[in-house]
Amino acid sequence: MSLRPRIAVLVFPGSNDDRDAAWALGALGADAQLVWHAETGLPRETGAVVLPGGFSYGDYLRCGAIARFAPVLDAVRAFADDGGPVLGICNGFQILCEAGLLPGALRRNRDLEFVCRDVRIAVERTDTVFTARCEPGQELTIPVKHGEGSWYADEQLYGELEAAGQLVLRYAEDCNGSVGDVAGVCNERRNVFGLMPHPEHAVDPLLGSGDGALLLAALVEAARERTLAPA
Amino acid sequence: MRVTVLVRPKQGILDPQGEAVEGSLRKLGFSVGGARVGRLVDLDIEARTPDEAKTQAERMCRELLANPLIESFEIEVEEE
Repeated sequence: MSLRPRIAVLVFPGSNDDRDAAWALGALGADAQLVWHAETGLPRETGAVVLPGGFSYGDYLRCGAIARFAPVLDAVRAFADDGGPVLGICNGFQILCEAGLLPGALRRNRDLEFVCRDVRIAVERTDTVFTARCEPGQELTIPVKHGEGSWYADEQLYGELEAAGQLVLRYAEDCNGSVGDVAGVCNERRNVFGLMPHPEHAVDPLLGSGDGALLLAALVEAARERTLAPA
Repeated sequence: MRVTVLVRPKQGILDPQGEAVEGSLRKLGFSVGGARVGRLVDLDIEARTPDEAKTQAERMCRELLANPLIESFEIEVEEE
């Protein structure tokens, strides 16, 4: 068994942060493998799955709406049902929402502007495998780059998610008009997580911030634990 | 059977695209308000009756064409 836990990074037609994500995960000790959307299974001993950013299927109909029909998504759903950690970044977050694996929907940014800059994010919940390395309330600086990242839930759903502790990250500054400034949410079981900011673009202080590594290194750790766990 | 599906941002949901279109129309001198921008999908559906076509289209909307969290839909069936 490899000491580097295997993380599957999905590649859809139109994904464009797949290689950045794989590079960042590799730098943090993972054996990141790119997995084409037409595959019907995940690589052996996959310990975590990442749905990267981009514009899968040209963002046709709604962002992420078509990707949920990709053959590989059935394998991802089974992996998530089995408790495996699944991370969706930007378009990956949109796909997970459209697939019903995460709650809410992502809409056009309030100001119609494509937001592309570093933003400050507050960690609301550290009781997920993705944020386990963060302190409660810790502020992270991670870039966003999206036109349709305004997360939405109606009042009732929002209340339920807040009570269940599923609102994991919030923008600490005005970003895109998300309800409650939510930047990242997890599922009820806390093993599927999506966020609009791009941690894979913030793993080296040379590029402005290394804060994304806190999230991705935690994912690598979770993948390692899952791979080592007896089947 | 020719079916037209209209998908709109749900009532009460902010529609920045509609607002921008409205602002632009005003700049052209038009006196308009309440602009909302949605999506139109034309379909040929094999069905024996308009009701059957409508039922199918409703399922399509719920399963793919609209996101029920943020969008509402309306279906028009063209009688032949």
